[in-house]
Amino acid sequence: MGATIILINLATLVCLVLAFYKDRRKARQSLYEAVKAFIRILPVVFIIIILIGLLLGFVPKELIARIIGEQAGFGGLLGVALLGAVLHIPSLISYPLAGSLLQSGASVTAVAAFITTLTMIGLVTIPLEIKELGKKMAFLRNGLSFLIALTIALLMGLIL
Amino acid sequence: MKKTDKKLSPEKKFKAGVPQKENPASTYWRVFFRDTLFLVIVLAVTLTLLTIFPAKRPTVISVSKKFFVELILILPAVMVLMGLFSVFVSREMVVKYLGRSSGLKGFLLAIFFGALPTGPLYVAFPLAAALIKKGARRANIVIFLSAWACIKIPQEMVELQFLGLKFMATRLALIIVFVIFMGLMIEQIIDWTDRRPEESKGKGQQKVRGKGR
Repeated sequence: MGATIILINLATLVCLVLAFYKDRRKARQSLYEAVKAFIRILPVVFIIIILIGLLLGFVPKELIARIIGEQAGFGGLLGVALLGAVLHIPSLISYPLAGSLLQSGASVTAVAAFITTLTMIGLVTIPLEIKELGKKMAFLRNGLSFLIALTIALLMGLIL
Repeated sequence: MKKTDKKLSPEKKFKAGVPQKENPASTYWRVFFRDTLFLVIVLAVTLTLLTIFPAKRPTVISVSKKFFVELILILPAVMVLMGLFSVFVSREMVVKYLGRSSGLKGFLLAIFFGALPTGPLYVAFPLAAALIKKGARRANIVIFLSAWACIKIPQEMVELQFLGLKFMATRLALIIVFVIFMGLMIEQIIDWTDRRPEESKGKGQQKVRGKGR
């Protein structure tokens, strides 16, 4: 568990020092933004942590494997991809969830599909996208993103 | 790579639109309280479940604890990085660099600038609209939006932590390739449908002013 965490914290520290060196006021504002974002995301973090615990504790691996495992059909894959498109979880928090799914028997393809649609497609934000960029662009982007997410997921299943 | 910077006629139909500000402070707390309420519900359900099935307690608690420790060691750093990006990379900078770049360099810049600043996707829409107005290439806008949505440097670090290097690197590479492909494809489709409005009347024309619905 150690290496990545140490790396990230070190990198952040270096960036922070550089930021303070460059512009003290802006750096302080960044920290303020960071604290604000951290507080806002905290409840969701706890929710996801508990859900992961319940997932690994209560849902049998065989069940997960049957729905979205290596041997599962295309239906399960389509299901998680759609779920990812509809859900509106901060992507930061979706990675631990995805990791726990992987641990509990889901296939690489299904997990990749889930996080890719989750981040790329926002059904919730489509109205805003239409307003700013027009219907054609919004629908094309979200529709194609879905197909591309499925393709990426299938390719990842083949590669890994 | 051809330059299409100049011949972007359909840009007029897109209004850059001022993002509606609905008192960010109250929205912030409303979201926070809504999420906290969810948390309380989840917590209550969990406690009930664990009381009914005491045998599951050790697994649930140890798993949750493990993920909690990992997240708490990584999230503050990620948040600080995101804060730094959002303050130091200004919108003006993004618009300035993306508005005039073309070709492969344009694609890579679009990905780079999409990956840098952070914030939810809806922040990127007005930015993208401003870029269209400035005459940026359609493909670059799509690439920029997609990169904003799913390639974020801090997010990639969290992915690295929880899903491993192989998973993260493969997905990142595939996404970059496909996002560029998608940008070009959408540009082609939009150019193509705009060029023959008389043939696809119902389709092409009514979109002139997309309304949020």
